[in-house]
Order: sequence, then structure tokens, then C-alpha cells
Amino acid sequence: MFENSIFTSQFWEWFIIIPTVGGILGCFALIIWLGSDSSSKSDDKEVKTMGHVWDEDLAEYNNPLPRWWLNMFYITLVIASIYLILYPGLGSYAGLLGWTELKQYEQEMEDADNRYGLIYAKYAKEPIAELAKRPDAVRLGKSLFMTYCTVCHGSDAGGVPGYPNLRDNDWLWGGTPEAIKTSITHGRKGNMPDAETNNLNSDADIDNVVEYVLSLSGKKHEEAAAVKGKEAFNKVCFACHGTDGKGNQMLGAPNLTDDIWLYGSSKATITETITKGRQNIMPAHGEFLGEDKIHLLASYIYSFSLNK
Amino acid sequence: MAENQDTYNYKVIRQFAIMTIVWGVVGMTVGVYIAAELTWPWLNNVLDVPYFTFSRLRPLHTNAVIFAFGGSALFATSYYVVQRTCHVRLISDKLAAFTFWGWQLVIVLAAITLPLGYTTTKEYAELEWPIDILLAVVWISYAIVFFGTIVKRKVPHIYVANWFYGSFIITIALLHIFNNLAVPVSMWKSYSAYAGVQDAMVQWWYGHNAVGFFLTAGFLGMMYYFIPKQVQRPVYSYRLSIVHFWALIFTYIWAGPHHLHYTALPDWTQTLGMAMSLILLAPSWGGMINGIMTLSGAWEKLRSDPILRFLIVAVSFYGMSTFEGPMMAIKTVNALSHYTDWTIGHVHSGALGWVAMISMGSMYYLIPRLFGRELYSLKLVELHFWTATIGVVLYITAMWVSGIMQGLMWRAVNPDGTLTYSFVESVQAMHPYYLTRWLGGTFFLFGMLVMAYNVFKTVRSPKTFEVNDTIPTPALVAH
Repeated sequence: MFENSIFTSQFWEWFIIIPTVGGILGCFALIIWLGSDSSSKSDDKEVKTMGHVWDEDLAEYNNPLPRWWLNMFYITLVIASIYLILYPGLGSYAGLLGWTELKQYEQEMEDADNRYGLIYAKYAKEPIAELAKRPDAVRLGKSLFMTYCTVCHGSDAGGVPGYPNLRDNDWLWGGTPEAIKTSITHGRKGNMPDAETNNLNSDADIDNVVEYVLSLSGKKHEEAAAVKGKEAFNKVCFACHGTDGKGNQMLGAPNLTDDIWLYGSSKATITETITKGRQNIMPAHGEFLGEDKIHLLASYIYSFSLNK
Repeated sequence: MAENQDTYNYKVIRQFAIMTIVWGVVGMTVGVYIAAELTWPWLNNVLDVPYFTFSRLRPLHTNAVIFAFGGSALFATSYYVVQRTCHVRLISDKLAAFTFWGWQLVIVLAAITLPLGYTTTKEYAELEWPIDILLAVVWISYAIVFFGTIVKRKVPHIYVANWFYGSFIITIALLHIFNNLAVPVSMWKSYSAYAGVQDAMVQWWYGHNAVGFFLTAGFLGMMYYFIPKQVQRPVYSYRLSIVHFWALIFTYIWAGPHHLHYTALPDWTQTLGMAMSLILLAPSWGGMINGIMTLSGAWEKLRSDPILRFLIVAVSFYGMSTFEGPMMAIKTVNALSHYTDWTIGHVHSGALGWVAMISMGSMYYLIPRLFGRELYSLKLVELHFWTATIGVVLYITAMWVSGIMQGLMWRAVNPDGTLTYSFVESVQAMHPYYLTRWLGGTFFLFGMLVMAYNVFKTVRSPKTFEVNDTIPTPALVAH
């Protein structure tokens, strides 16, 4: 009976089934028992109460259960029973329909693919660089973007702190059609280690590097500290950001010279970035969206670069 | 003097009755304020401190209206009803006084810790473990006082109102203790004893039965005493009481999973939750029928008696929201309604329409009798009734429209299968309904303030009659 049991022992099957079935049968029994007796009608003016009196004048009639109400009770009990026969509810009993939440989801996804898949498939063979110039493809890519990407990147793709701006032609992981596609398909993991890992052991060490980083993009900074900071930078930070501070798209290390900031450019924010490090993630969408949709999404995002 | 066995203990009832009014004003004021924060989000930052943001004040609002306002009303009425229908004084004045001061302390601690951000994050069970323990002790004391009084009763039968109060007290003890089992890591931080989906299931087992037993069974107890008393007619049907009582308490306890439809909760649990929620319709309506039909033959009283109108309209809202509830528990409906404002509207048609209005009606009945003074103004009761009713109707219709609109916007798709609306567009579209909801809440709060004024004037006026707190002699009982 429980060939595909989801429980550790049969005890739990009966622990669920017995009170459920017993309770529903109990409800049936209760309304059959008290619903059949029709004595002491209330339309009779001489109607008697139950004979108990509380608190001076509190008493009870014993009118029969209203017929329509009883019928409603029976109907809900029958519907609930049928539902429990058709759907999984009684322990591991799978239900006559074989329905599961997962199957319903998969079915709906498949239906959607059948209905909408062709719309996207017909663009799959054309190169992204071409599609980015075609309004129909860009429009489709945009509606995908509005559905799947806006929560983090914003509806204008302008980003918010921690989530990159996609319109500024400044790329952490590369702006070629292939790089964009890879970012969407496989996701990205950004990892900036904290100060301790980077061997910056005192507040002064950190402060010096902060001043140097400020100087890289021509922001207001203290020259003497920046000079010391440069030394530290060239011992540790250069490994990812390069000696010139221009970053490395292979590692997702940002260019520090262009005054474009993922987390913010204030001295406090840069200090926080260097002190605590930054962990960031772009989730992989390959399995979820499929190749064709990603192709169009990449075209939409790539189209921003063409307008520059 | 205190332990006079010829009279009922009215002192603790007076205290709880007054605090019902006070906490009603406080809880609803916070509610109106957070409704304003949703309508005009800049209000969240008006003082540039985190304490008064929506996220901190929302649990304060729910705790204040459910446990402070509703709880005080339940304590007051259950102590009144259990004494007067058992014909015996509460078994211990000291323990009863402890429940009053303990309960008030829990509320004050909640009002301090929640804005400070101390929270378990479990809805309606946000209080951290030290307060939870205090609450459990108070609740068990309450159970001892209540059931001790039942045991000592001088009448053979237990009146139906006490069945409901009793089931509410027992179940809330179980729910509170088991849902709040946690491992403390510091004075104001603990981790739930359950993990993942089990934690979610235990939470909603608690959450829905907080509705089912705290906000339903307890207030049905109120209904079963104050409606027949105010109408001066016997309860409609004893056997209906039996059927709907047992069916209600059996079925409610299963309904929690409908809060977790289409989540990681196992399929079987979701199915059971939906099936039992459907069955719940008839037992709920059994209570409504028994309340409303008690009026049978005395309908004309509705025209002249605003207190009775409070009670009967409350029961009508109860019927409406207990129809809505099973419907929303159906998976296909839930797929649209879940996570939308429809849920908020549903809760408030129960909370404002049913819970608050039955409490208000009961308090209008109770307070003059507790203080030996005629009600200061029936006209003001009338005014309160209409502002409250308009407030509820504005509130729930706004949330119906907004909720269904949200649900439809979220599922709308373009011809290419992508979403028609982004989330923020649905937020923008909600603004007029948030405004209407705020207006409805303001109406309701205004009514509550009118009530507070009316009660204040009543209590402060000179005594007009002797309080009838004499316990009837056995000779009077036996007939």
C-alpha cells in the first residue's frame, strides 16, 4: 500500500490516516445523530427550553439543525472525502490522479515552452551583434529582462549599489556578446577578500590603501597616505586589480580608475569594502531560462553598448 | 473583604474591561499609523530612526490588537461569564490578579522590545523567549482560575459559552508553548527548535489556530453569553451548539497548511489542510446561525438597540469571513490570493468586523453593570456603530480590489510569455486602495475613540444603581 513511502516508518502513515478518516467519519456520525431528531420545533409558541437556567435567565432552546445547513455540511464532507481520494493526503497514498506539486510545475513549464518556445527559437541562429540592431529582437529581449532581471538590476538596467549598471559600457566580466551570455548562463561569483586576508593589519594600512584607491580615479585624497598605500597596493591588490588599477575581467576585478563604483565611492564605503571584503553573486540562469531566451537577453544587454 | 464568598469577583473584570478600551485605542492607532506608512512611505523615515518603521511597528500593531485588546476583552468576559454561569466566585482572587498584572506586563514588554527590533520573526509569535515564558506562566494561571471555577460550580451543567472559553484556553496554551520552543543564545535572541519546512508548518499550525481559537472560539464564548443576555431570549439550539462546537474544534486544528500552499510543504500536508479548511465552513456557520437565530422573534430590537446591533453585525461579519476563508483555502483560489492584500482584507473582516465589534458590544453591555452606572450616551454608541461599520466596509472592499488586482497583475503575461507588469508597477497601482484602507482604519479608530470617551464619562459619572454581584443562593438555582 505504501510502496513509495516518504516516512521513516509505517507508524506515521497511520498516525495521519486514522485521525483524518476517523475525524471525517466522526463529523458524519455527529450530524447524522443530531440531525435526524426533529423534536421541539421553535415555531410552536409553547416551545420548551432544555430546562437548565444559568445566571437568572440564560436558557437554551433545542431547535433542530437547519436543513440547508446540514446539507451544506454533508456536501463539504463529501467534497473533502473525494478530494482525499483523488489527491495525495492520506500518508503516502498518492491519490487516484497521481497529482504532485512538482508534476504540475513541470507540466506548466512544458506547456509554456510549447506555446512560447518558437517565438524565441527563431532568433537562436543569428549572431548577437546583429540581433542587437534589430528592434523586434531587442524588444523581446527587453520584455525578458523586465520579467527576470529587474529585481536586481532595476527596470532601466541602471543597477543599484551591489548590482551592476549594465548600460554604462563598463564591464566587470567582459562586454562581448559571448562574455555577457556566459555571465547569464553560468552566473558569476565576485570575491574580494577582507583586509586580514590581504595582510592589511592596521587601520593605518587600510586607510593608506583607501587614499591610493581614491587617487586612482582622480578623487580628493591625501597624497602622503596614497604614496604609502600604493606600496601596499602593489604588494597585494595588484594581483587582481593590476598594477595600473585597471582591473581584470578574467577575475571580475573592477577597474578602479574609471570612477564607476559597484558599492559606492565615498571614503567610508571604500574603507568598508577593503576592511570587510565583498562577496557577490550573479545566479546562473542557464537551466532556468534555456539557451534561446538567454541569446535574446544578451542581445538586449549588448544593444546598450552600441548606442554609446 | 476581598475574599467575600457571597459576591463575584468584579475587580479583575473591571480592570480588564478598562484595559480593553485602552489597548483598543493604542493598537488601532498604531494600525492607522502603519497604514499611513504604506500609503505615504516617507513617513517611515520621518524621524530617521528605525523604531517607527513599518517593519518594527507592524508586529506591535498585531500584538496590541490581538493580545492586548482582544486578550483583555477575553479575560474580562470569560471571568464574568464563568462566575455568573457557574454561580460561584473565581477560585482565587490572588491568582486572578496575577493574570491581570502579568498580562499587562507581557503587553508592555512587547511594546518596548518589538520597536527595538527584538523578534523571533514568527508571525503573531514575535516575542522573544523571556516574554514567552512569562506569557506561558500567566496563561497557565488563567487556566487554573478558569477551570478551577468550573470545577467548583454550583450548577449541574456547564453553560455553552464556557465550552468555547475552555477550548480556547487549553488550545492557546498548547499552541503558544510548542510554537515558541527555542534555544536561547542570549537574553533577547533565540533560535527556533524546528528547522526549515517543519518550522514553517509549526508556525502556521500556531498561526491559523491563533485565529481559530484565540480570535474565534474565545469570541464565540462571548457571543453565547452576551447575545442571549442582550436579547433576553434563550439560545436558539442546544444541539446546534454541540455539533458546531465539536466539529469546529476538531477541524480548525488542521487548517494551518493552507497558509503554505504551493511551497516546500509536502503535498499530503497541503491536501489535508485544504480538505479540512473546506469542512470548516459548516461548523463556523453553525455558530453564526446560533447567534443570529437567537434573535428569532425579537428582530425589532435591532432597530432600537445599538448594542445588540454591534453583536449581530459582528456575527454577520463572522459568517462572511468564515465563508471567505474556506474559499481562499482552495488551492486554485489561493494561487491568486496568496501573498496579496486579499489576505489582509480577509483577516480584517474577521478582526474588525467580528472580533472587535463583538468585543465592543460586549463591553457596552458589561461596563455599566460592572460599575453600577448607566451608559453615558446611547447616541454615542450609535455613532460608534456606524463609524465602525463604515470603517470595516471601506477597509475590506479596498483590500479585495487591491488584492485581486495584485494577483491578476502578477500573473498577467504578454503574447511572448513574459510578465506584463513588473512588481513595482503592482505596488504603484495599489496606492489608491492603500489610501482607502487608511481611511477605513481612521473611521474605525475614530469610533474606538468615541467609545473610550463614552466609557470614560460613564465610569466618572455618579453611581446610579447598586452593582449586582451577589451570588444567587442555591434555592434560587434549583428550579
